[in-house]
Amino acid sequence: MSKERIQISEALYDIMPSDYQDLVKSATYGKDDRGWKDIGTSKELIEQHSLCAGCPESMAFRYILASLPNPEDTVMVGSTGCTSLVFPMVAVHNIHSLFGNQNAIASGLKRALSVRFPGRVKDVVVLAGDGATVDIGLDMTLQAWFRQEKFTTICFDNELYANTGGQESGLMQKGFVAKMAPVGKLFDKVRLPEIARESGCHYVVNCTVSKPSLVEKVIRNAVHIAREIGPTYLQLYTPCILEIGKNSMEGLQEMRDSEKPTERFAYKEYISDPAKQLLAELAAKDKERKAAAKQLAAQAQAN
Amino acid sequence: MAETKSLIGTQNTKGQTYTDPWKLLHEAPRTPSFFTGSEVIKEAIRRASCDVMIAYPITPQSEAAALIGELFAEGYVGDYFRGESEFAVMSQCAGAAFGGARVFTTTAGPGTMRAMENFPMWAGARLPIQMIVTCRGINSPLSIQPDTLEIAYLLNTGMLVWHAETAQDFFDWILKGYIVSEEPEVHLPLALCCDGFFVTHTKDVVNLTPADMCLPPYDPYRSPVPCMDMECPPVRMMRDPFVMKSNYISYATHASWQQEIWAAVERSRKHSIHWLNGLIDTENTDADIMIVASGTAVSQGREAIRMLEDEGVRCGLVKVKTLRPWPEEEIREATKNAKHIFVPEFNVTGWLAKEIRATIPNHHRVHAGPHVCGGMTMPPEIIVSEIKTALGMKTFSLAGRGS
Repeated sequence: MSKERIQISEALYDIMPSDYQDLVKSATYGKDDRGWKDIGTSKELIEQHSLCAGCPESMAFRYILASLPNPEDTVMVGSTGCTSLVFPMVAVHNIHSLFGNQNAIASGLKRALSVRFPGRVKDVVVLAGDGATVDIGLDMTLQAWFRQEKFTTICFDNELYANTGGQESGLMQKGFVAKMAPVGKLFDKVRLPEIARESGCHYVVNCTVSKPSLVEKVIRNAVHIAREIGPTYLQLYTPCILEIGKNSMEGLQEMRDSEKPTERFAYKEYISDPAKQLLAELAAKDKERKAAAKQLAAQAQAN
Repeated sequence: MAETKSLIGTQNTKGQTYTDPWKLLHEAPRTPSFFTGSEVIKEAIRRASCDVMIAYPITPQSEAAALIGELFAEGYVGDYFRGESEFAVMSQCAGAAFGGARVFTTTAGPGTMRAMENFPMWAGARLPIQMIVTCRGINSPLSIQPDTLEIAYLLNTGMLVWHAETAQDFFDWILKGYIVSEEPEVHLPLALCCDGFFVTHTKDVVNLTPADMCLPPYDPYRSPVPCMDMECPPVRMMRDPFVMKSNYISYATHASWQQEIWAAVERSRKHSIHWLNGLIDTENTDADIMIVASGTAVSQGREAIRMLEDEGVRCGLVKVKTLRPWPEEEIREATKNAKHIFVPEFNVTGWLAKEIRATIPNHHRVHAGPHVCGGMTMPPEIIVSEIKTALGMKTFSLAGRGS
């Protein structure tokens, strides 16, 4: 979609919702270097949300939407859970259909967009919770990877079912006492990043969302690799402060504590060989672009 | 609309000419061909300008689903793959339809049941997906034989539900189904059902339209809800999603959305009448005795009528073509003279008889039967026997110990 398509007829401008006016005036569609630094000056893709105060998921949403390399041609797929409370406020086409079928929806969607828009970039990004990704939807998560479907899967891992009130999930830590795990969870946290790698993902990252610059980097990498090569997977720790007994202000510290080298969200990354090559090419192009811009600026100054 | 119409007369990459649907189905020359039902499904899809077909093996639809794969390999279908289960396949179909594709799939029996959560979602999301249901048993112990019980579960999903009698119905209705279900004021999924094996695995003469003519492509921008392709402006819909708000506005929104889906089913009525030449077919509606049936039970009913005629008993027939929309007025009118109404069915519960009883006055006239199930065939003799017994006529014993 070109930015022209969202323009408002002059005659109708004043009756359009202010949200939409903002979208036209300041959305970062088509901006090459959009990223987390735009947060604050450009919040058009997501402004409000109805999550709990201080929920790290809301931070993650902002970082991701600010970092998508191509939001004007990106369609997102969600699932049931806390994320489905946020998506109605996201100004990128997004689909919610059922609980757990997000990677199946994305498979059909990506193929339809490829049939309908040959030669054009249409990115598909799945964003769902750990219950949707690992428990009820695991079959479809893995099968999409086996088939090498070209889209990104993002799992907001809060290690439990938050939206239904804190029940045990497959990504919960062993021993954690929760609803439906009355004597503590009896088995280990499912090792989905490793499974993703073995299932054919070309880029896998396990991390927290404590650093916006890091989220920006992994999102851009994941979307670019999925577009050109094959499936990518990001597992992002977005703790449910409510269910682990923390206060609104403690989400960031919880993430920092959990990303220490010995902890379960220590940064972990896998990149396949073709993906490494693509990232090197993209980095070289970026360098070229920056050098050209620098040269242009120097010339302008000299003149 | 303009976009689709302007393509009529032009050719696709396979050299087929996009043809006005009415002309294609009513005026184009027809060639009699001797095909199985599965092959007929393939031939209809060859002419349907389908963007995406997603397949999964389950008897008795596996052959049709695999044949569409051949069409894909030949370049007649945009994309095609085997999903991992019917639940996943129906979600993949939804994803493709959300993305603006004309979508086709097939399923049967336990597959229909496994995928069930998707169907109200398809209707609620207004996705005009076409799904062939080649009915088979859904009971335990495991059965792969013909049985139409699964149709009962589809009736309240918000989908259009049609029940084909013959392979010829199938051929025509696949193409007509897309026209009706893609109408902007309808825009609902269609479950096009047939009785597995009886239709899919038997050969019949079917009159085919020319292979070099096809339906105009689907135009997703005629949809009453936005196509999820980021080609129209996205909007932030609401501060508080309706999903779990316990307030009147939330309930009212959901209620009106559901009402709109069923209103769309109703609005499909006039289009279905136009394209199917009525929601029912009738014979001898002045007779005292009527058989009302759908699917292959209609064929058996027709044969029973011929046999009864030989014995001097006059009997009429109603072939129910669409179950959703339900032809209430038509059935009331066609059965108004009947003293006895027999409803032969290939399932144990008799869902069609229940629908008819809920529709007509003096419903004690409805004899729910005969029923066969679990793969049993329905010889016309048992319909004859049911009718004669009800009329107090002497009848012979069927597979019994003698009388």
